[in-house]
Amino acid sequence: MDGIHDLGGMDGFGAIVPERDEPVFHHRWEGRAFAMSTAMGAAGEWNIDMGRHGIERLPPVVYLSSSYYERWLRRLELMLIEHGLVLEDELVNERSGRAGRDLTRGTFTTERVPTVLQRGSFTREPQGPPRFQPDQRVRARNIHPRSHTRLPCYVRGRTGVVERLLGANVFPDSIVSGKGEDPQWLYTIRFDGRELWGDDAEPGTTVSVDAFEPYLEAVP
Amino acid sequence: MATHEEPTGSTLSELDLRVRALESVLIQQNYVTSEALDAIVEAHETRIGPHIGARAVARAWVSATYRAALLADATAAVAEFADDGHVGDQLIAVENTQDVHNVVVCTLCSCYPWDVLGLPPIWYKSDAYRSRTVKQPRTVLAEFGLHLEPTVSVRVWDSTAETRYLVLPMRPAGTDDWDEQQLATLVDRDCMVGVGLPKAPGGAD
Repeated sequence: MDGIHDLGGMDGFGAIVPERDEPVFHHRWEGRAFAMSTAMGAAGEWNIDMGRHGIERLPPVVYLSSSYYERWLRRLELMLIEHGLVLEDELVNERSGRAGRDLTRGTFTTERVPTVLQRGSFTREPQGPPRFQPDQRVRARNIHPRSHTRLPCYVRGRTGVVERLLGANVFPDSIVSGKGEDPQWLYTIRFDGRELWGDDAEPGTTVSVDAFEPYLEAVP
Repeated sequence: MATHEEPTGSTLSELDLRVRALESVLIQQNYVTSEALDAIVEAHETRIGPHIGARAVARAWVSATYRAALLADATAAVAEFADDGHVGDQLIAVENTQDVHNVVVCTLCSCYPWDVLGLPPIWYKSDAYRSRTVKQPRTVLAEFGLHLEPTVSVRVWDSTAETRYLVLPMRPAGTDDWDEQQLATLVDRDCMVGVGLPKAPGGAD
């Protein structure tokens, strides 16, 4: 979706303000919201891209006015309600008068913590040979899917060069709607700054994205 | 169960209350245990952090063999330094040279190699960094105090898939007689994201 989350190249967000000796979490609630999101994300009820899409679907005004972990919290509440795991009034009243649903993978207990500290694996057996090869020029397609996609707006319609073939990967545009993994070849595509930003590009800069094969078309 | 009956002047924010309420419900529903949540927080606050990536960088500076292995397959090469001996697949190390400087961003969310650098700092997740780095990388780096010569080209890596990037910075001058452990102390998070350089020997920050 052409959502507010797709920030690459936008202006007006001001200076970047690094913080010295920054703590991992600034408030207790941030750590709890992070941990609950991690635990419930491992419940087997939704996948990583459904989760990302949950944040992308926050109203733009809410997205922009929320801190990072506040977005996580709002996303978690949204996903729990949408999946019927909690009811809205339970969140308000802080108690539940009913037993929880049986989760696909059961209660998240301490024994399962090591599994969520590891990143998942997203590489898969390819469904066919790759269409493109390193050094080939390709164009990012001008697509505007209404659902979740991982092709940022700022490269759509732009021509770049295949830098690396990264293997077949779970296709986010498919798993976000529960249609299966549909593994697609993934490529690193390098764009010259001028191709993206014209005369306003800073000299001597390139930007690369990792793009799935359905996002790309051959350049004659 | 958490109570909201705090004395007047309570500093519990609305978000704090909201998170406490949610945790209380998830525990009542038997979805999670409080101890499991504690363990997740504790791991990220105490065990998983940029010291993992720093050890890989320092090793690459002293061993040409390791450097080649890191650039060929960072997932395999960094694993021995990771919290539980495992790094997510498709970690990619990109090497700074005299001619090329690398910097990493995620414009669509805040993808970051958690298992190698820990959870990302606020600036990495900020709308400003995410929007500007792909368009004005030299200006952004200058705001971090990193002023690159015009002869150095800048490569920006936007982490749009499940690949994760680790910048391999150049070894600082004046460290010829330093060993791997000493070198690791010069490697901080910022230089492995590409918004800084390793610390100079002699303690200057």
